[in-house]
Amino acid sequence: MNPTDPDTGADLTSRACFEQLAEVVATPPPGAERATLALSAERSHFIRFNRGAVRQATQVTQGQATLALVRGARRIEGSLPLHGRIDADLGQLRDELARLATLLDEIDDDPYLLLPEEVARSERDETGTLPSPEAVVRAVVRAAPGLDFVGFYAGGPVARAFADSRGSRHWHRVETFHFDWCLYHALDKAVKCRYAGAHWSDDAFALKVAEGAQRLPLLAMPPHPLAPGAYRVYFAPSAMVELVGLLGWSGFSAKARRTGTSSLQPLAHHDVRLHPTVQIAEDVGQGFAPGFTLDGFARPPRVPLVEHGLAADTLNSPRSAREFSLPANGANTMESPDSLRLEPGSVPEADSLAALDDGLYVSNLWYLNYADRSACRMTGMTRFACFRVAAGRLVEPLPVMRFDDSFLRMFGEGLIGLTDVAHRFPDGGTWRERQLGSVTTPGALVEGWRLAL
Amino acid sequence: MLDTLESQARRLAPAVDHWAVRGVVEVADELSVRHGVVLSPSRQRDAGVMVTVAHGGGMGYAATPDSSDAGLRAAFAQAGALARATAGQMAFEPSALPRPAACGSFRTPVARPVAGLRLRERLDLLKAANAATRLDARIVDSTASLSVVETEQLFVSSDGARAEQHWSFMTPHVQATARVGGVTQTRSSAGQYNGYCQQGGLEVLDRAHFDGEGPRVAHEALELAMAPQCPGGEMDVLLMPDQMMLQIHESIGHPLELDRILGDERNFAGTSFVTLDMFGHYRYGSELLNVSHDPTRAEQFASFAFDDDGEPATRQMVIERGVLQRPLGGALSVARARARAPAIDGVATTRACSWNRAPIDRMSNLNLEPGDSTLAQMIAATELGVLMRTNVSWSIDDSRNKFQFGCEHGQMIRGGRLAEVVRNPGYRGVSATFWRSLAMVGDASTFEVMGTPFCGKGEPSQVIRVGHASPACRFTQVAVFGGGLKT
Repeated sequence: MNPTDPDTGADLTSRACFEQLAEVVATPPPGAERATLALSAERSHFIRFNRGAVRQATQVTQGQATLALVRGARRIEGSLPLHGRIDADLGQLRDELARLATLLDEIDDDPYLLLPEEVARSERDETGTLPSPEAVVRAVVRAAPGLDFVGFYAGGPVARAFADSRGSRHWHRVETFHFDWCLYHALDKAVKCRYAGAHWSDDAFALKVAEGAQRLPLLAMPPHPLAPGAYRVYFAPSAMVELVGLLGWSGFSAKARRTGTSSLQPLAHHDVRLHPTVQIAEDVGQGFAPGFTLDGFARPPRVPLVEHGLAADTLNSPRSAREFSLPANGANTMESPDSLRLEPGSVPEADSLAALDDGLYVSNLWYLNYADRSACRMTGMTRFACFRVAAGRLVEPLPVMRFDDSFLRMFGEGLIGLTDVAHRFPDGGTWRERQLGSVTTPGALVEGWRLAL
Repeated sequence: MLDTLESQARRLAPAVDHWAVRGVVEVADELSVRHGVVLSPSRQRDAGVMVTVAHGGGMGYAATPDSSDAGLRAAFAQAGALARATAGQMAFEPSALPRPAACGSFRTPVARPVAGLRLRERLDLLKAANAATRLDARIVDSTASLSVVETEQLFVSSDGARAEQHWSFMTPHVQATARVGGVTQTRSSAGQYNGYCQQGGLEVLDRAHFDGEGPRVAHEALELAMAPQCPGGEMDVLLMPDQMMLQIHESIGHPLELDRILGDERNFAGTSFVTLDMFGHYRYGSELLNVSHDPTRAEQFASFAFDDDGEPATRQMVIERGVLQRPLGGALSVARARARAPAIDGVATTRACSWNRAPIDRMSNLNLEPGDSTLAQMIAATELGVLMRTNVSWSIDDSRNKFQFGCEHGQMIRGGRLAEVVRNPGYRGVSATFWRSLAMVGDASTFEVMGTPFCGKGEPSQVIRVGHASPACRFTQVAVFGGGLKT
């Protein structure tokens, strides 16, 4: 699509389009000292499959502009949809700025308002090789004949950008795809697979489908009944994503730490420590996430959060930074990470089952939540292809089981070891818009994992 | 945008087997005061059009924010291209689908429009509610917020359907965090993820008792921070409506979604322990369990006159006297299901979260009907149990069977009397058997109309508004647990 195609309108994910729109914040309206514009836009194909056939195929074009005005310690913001008609969009952005300017008198000073001081610029623009919708459908039909294939393809360009009246400009555009599917044996037994990146290959996709299919026969065995109790377990990296990911819900938040509501409060207070091999960081230097926030703050490439099993930095939003006298470090308003990385350990990944010997192999976890946040006690379910392991071999599938155990215990005294390769799992989330974050993690061997139901 | 959309659509639509156009305009005002500080007010406006084309055995959707003639023409072309790309590869035969031609409208009854208050006045309301929570220095954090959303939608189709709907949503919220002697507890007005949400104007604040919530929430946060952990063991639970709504949502609503039963959600949200052969005879719960799909309750969060495929919405019982009657599935899913179970009936509940997502089977207003027990009678009937209020933690397996829920507030019942307050109360069970332990259902005096703005499902993902109304309910012999490291 051309940036200014008369039939289809402007490409909302193009740099040229953004630069034109950014002109509206070049000069703040009367009564305001600073104006900012943040953009979030995408052009996506979404195709979902059930039993190897298409359930829904959708093309979505969307762009949302968020304008903010600042006067002294007052800030107000408004967001509105961009239509892709530059003149009309410029007009509605100007109207919105004028509306916001009239409201600045009605709000209070915000003692914790913190804005970027430096004028900064950054740019990342990566072109991918993405399949057409026809090619995606064709690839599934070819790769999964006779298989109960249920999955979801999302692909296309995604843009995030920021501009302000002081001359800052940040531009981030990537062209990516994320295909996530299950090959079902029956009922709730399935092999979960992913193929994500920037350069699509029919052969690579077909190979991943074939690899998954090879794991189906073991699921045909009757599930091994399992009683609640404590078990030695190997969490595959795909299960670790859920455990590590839940920590992002309050665990690293500066505000949660200061108000006593962080799940890692006991770690921060040195009441407990994690295993010395546990090292966790917010690592936006890798992956597809932008290196700036939509408030215009640059994000450091790495923020250490747990080092040698001890609490390190927190994720400090600009507001928390001002409120608690901390340095802002590129955190979003919720102070949740979007590129968590757990460093690998020393257990050779290829030897993980041998190291487990007898116990449980957990491929996937599901629907995690805190059973007691103050103790970092998590609950959740096993899902898809989990097995009993005997003498280092997968022997029979397991029924879905509920766990209830503290992360601090599992990855403190309970941790036997982390595997030696960390795998990156791009966030396939599409809540409102396609997500660009990721979790990077190795597998883990844990003793005494507590199953409750 | 919506005033010209129908004429544009009928003028620009290509010659295809079927088309539909759904335009949405939404304005959301989010105001929040945190511990005495007004956060930046935010208004989010959104608008766009979803075009559906079914043609030649394929089907495609295209969403565009560009409602000009050129934009709609391009969206029709994109949806048509997807219909061609999927022709012969669909999970169902698009030409066999029901195509409603109903016309009508819906508008939320609003007694006192929010627009009557200036921004400053709304912020003053929130500042007062927030100030009322800050009883002393032990309240270490507090929030009062108000979400007001106005949504307009127009649906038109090639079959002559025209559904015009205008909703006014309101979600007030008060929350306080107390720290006493190293114990931190958070209490909220109806759930930290917003259990009190309704349609209407400023009268919703009255129904939510917004003015008086600050002191109650703060007192209860302090009380919890000084309370012992909830004990563990098998005992009765008396669940109040702001926990019942979550229990209904997770272990009745989601398992009855027909698209889950048909397997559409198996890659993400999950499947269901409910199968097509269960409808009409499966005992889901005790004789006391009566559950309705009711989009007609005016003040409830997910009331509407038409679903997003244009089907007229009506009240239907989904469980009667404990027996499963019908799934939560719209016309498309019902047509697919009837290939395997011809007697299946659904409800009009195919919905999308906005213009940029295609509609799927969703919960709407899913309500548990009142019984005839007073709260005092239910307490008196409990020898040992916990009265639990306000969901704070929720988890359930992908078949919607093994669940574990936690609440903000617990109070022991011993010998038929309310006893001490306990913190971190929780319970776990299995949906397929839990509802059979329903022993008493509260009467209308215990009944509350609630909901959530945050029901997530679908690929691509959609967060949608759902309503739940329920009385208090008593369940026997449930596995209860408390906080700390002991599980």
